[in-house]
Amino acid sequence: MRPVYLDNNATTRVDEQVVAAMLPFFTEQFGNASSMHAFGASVGGALKTARRQLQSLLGAEHDHEIIFTSGGTESDNTAILSALETQVGRDEVVTSVVEHPAVLSLCDWLEKSRGITVHRIPVDAKGRLDVEAYRKALGPKTAIVSIMWANNETGTIFPVEMLAEMAHDAGALFHTDAVQAVGKIPIDLKSSEIDMLSLSGHKLHGPKGIGALYVRKGVRLRPMIRGGHQERGRRAGTENAPAIIGLGKAAELAQLHMAEEQTRVKALRDRLEQGLLQRIGNSFVTGDADNRLPNTANIAFEYIEGEAILLLLNRAGIAASSGSACTSGSLEPSHVLRAMKVPYTAAHGAIRFSFSRENGDADVVRVLEAMPGIIENLRSLSPFWKTKDRPADAAFNPTYA
Amino acid sequence: MWEYSEKVQEYFYNPKNAGVMENASGVGDVGAISCGDALRLMIQVDPATDVITDAKFQTFGCGSAIASSSALTEMIIGKTIDEALRLTNQDIADFLGGLPPEKMHCSVMGYEALRAAVANYRGEAWEDDHEEGALICKCFGVDEGMIERAVRMNGLTTIEQVTHFTKAGGSCATCIEGIEEVLAKTNAAMVAEGLLDASDAFDPLQAARPLRRPKVAKSPLAAKLEPVVKPKLTNLQKIRLIEEAIEELRPFLRQDGGDCELVDVEGERVLVKLSGACIGCQMASVTVNGVQERLIEKLGQPLRVIPV
Repeated sequence: MRPVYLDNNATTRVDEQVVAAMLPFFTEQFGNASSMHAFGASVGGALKTARRQLQSLLGAEHDHEIIFTSGGTESDNTAILSALETQVGRDEVVTSVVEHPAVLSLCDWLEKSRGITVHRIPVDAKGRLDVEAYRKALGPKTAIVSIMWANNETGTIFPVEMLAEMAHDAGALFHTDAVQAVGKIPIDLKSSEIDMLSLSGHKLHGPKGIGALYVRKGVRLRPMIRGGHQERGRRAGTENAPAIIGLGKAAELAQLHMAEEQTRVKALRDRLEQGLLQRIGNSFVTGDADNRLPNTANIAFEYIEGEAILLLLNRAGIAASSGSACTSGSLEPSHVLRAMKVPYTAAHGAIRFSFSRENGDADVVRVLEAMPGIIENLRSLSPFWKTKDRPADAAFNPTYA
Repeated sequence: MWEYSEKVQEYFYNPKNAGVMENASGVGDVGAISCGDALRLMIQVDPATDVITDAKFQTFGCGSAIASSSALTEMIIGKTIDEALRLTNQDIADFLGGLPPEKMHCSVMGYEALRAAVANYRGEAWEDDHEEGALICKCFGVDEGMIERAVRMNGLTTIEQVTHFTKAGGSCATCIEGIEEVLAKTNAAMVAEGLLDASDAFDPLQAARPLRRPKVAKSPLAAKLEPVVKPKLTNLQKIRLIEEAIEELRPFLRQDGGDCELVDVEGERVLVKLSGACIGCQMASVTVNGVQERLIEKLGQPLRVIPV
């Protein structure tokens, strides 16, 4: 039975055309782009093409605004650390409670060991940013704002272009972690006030271990990794040429399929979501259903636990993911769902299905067939679940909480 | 993806004794939905013999929570209450062929549910002393609470002591900074409470200093690789040793009807005269080589034996 892969927000399959573009740069054109000889020159040209392909996907004004990095995490770290150095006299960071750990963990550390003040802006029940709280947090001490373009768990999109303008009103730099947004929704950086943007190759059918940081022309940047003159001295280390070329090709393909993402992929997602809600009671969509990534559905199934659902789905050949505590080793469920005040009874049972252009109708059918039985099975085991003959179990009130 | 044993998978995919028991003798409810797992254990007890005749469970939780609950019911059915109470959470984990360290709390939940159910059967109140913190040492499954308790109860002030008492950090040691944080925090609290002298408390600055790698004692084999330095011999000592060596060899040469005599020593060149059967013997060069080897061994320095 063909496996159904619906975990594309975690990572995507590398497109065959991307692999084909990369392969010659391992064995045939293996030169170091910095070298003076012909081996180096051909690689240099290919890197330039990749930079332009990415520039085009992002709608950036210049190709030199793009710095290749090892991925989203490095880009996020570089952006925030750099701003705290260049914005002398400003020692505050504004971010949101639902960021990726690449931003949140760094902020926790900055607060703890560098004396930086961090403002974490809350979200409402649909995961929408509290813009009033954001406005109040901005001030003359704000060095940088780092707010994600789209949330990895719910797909909820933040109004980053407006948020960037508000940051500039306060004289602060604006960075966005767009790892989930790039390739899924149209982006035009040259018409926005966004100063820095992070992206990752493996979220858009490119290779892992490669990403980029967009730094708007004129924005000061202090490199995090110092050494050679690569990337115009802004990110040292010999270029990961095959991966960069792969990312360029992936960007070109993403642009080519952008319309499909908004139409066909979105339709698949909607069909799955509606089908599940119809077939399974006590379930609901989390996040801002009207304003989210076209590929992401996050559905909470009440009174059961996500890891158990994933294990049974896996046995049925279906790959998805959950915000369940048990899949991460901590006891708290997803910080994103908790921030949205999704009750514990539902947050533990939230499942994320994330599509890509490689999915089809058959995938939706398979999940719709498998899920009702799985949910019913687990609910029959759950002491929190109520049935027709057994009224809501108010009596189940375990000893420790 | 967790590495679940075959047995865990079997008990998760096909749990035994799941469901509601009407008129249970004892019911134990433990866990919390906020923690992501909760368990209701229902037992049927024969009052005459105190034997648990049946057990059922309902669990809200992950794969290993469901498997642990089911395993627990299997393990206690047929046992007397006292026998069942002797089971530990480790027994549940062992029954399942082991649990990942992050999942050991699932077996603890089973252990506690049994106590709660027995207390309910006996009409006693049950209070758990359940406490859990962030998992610090993944190798041995040691959490923050365990480290804190060990530090407080035993007045620990170094990482090494924590490792000896809890095993935490005893394997890969990548969690050392996590242990340090708990140790420093707990020691600071103990100092504030007057339980520990500030000068004895753990000092993270000192602990972070670079460590020398202890020099490895030389293996007895290594000694043989060292060049053997022998005192330089005078010419006279050399000649005596050569004579001695030839004397030792002579019986073997004579056996074959030959003989060998030292003629002169010129630096590394040892001139000998072969006689008797050695003359014209095709093996003469072998003999010369044999003599040379013996001399090198005896004198401990290179030399060349030349027949004249």
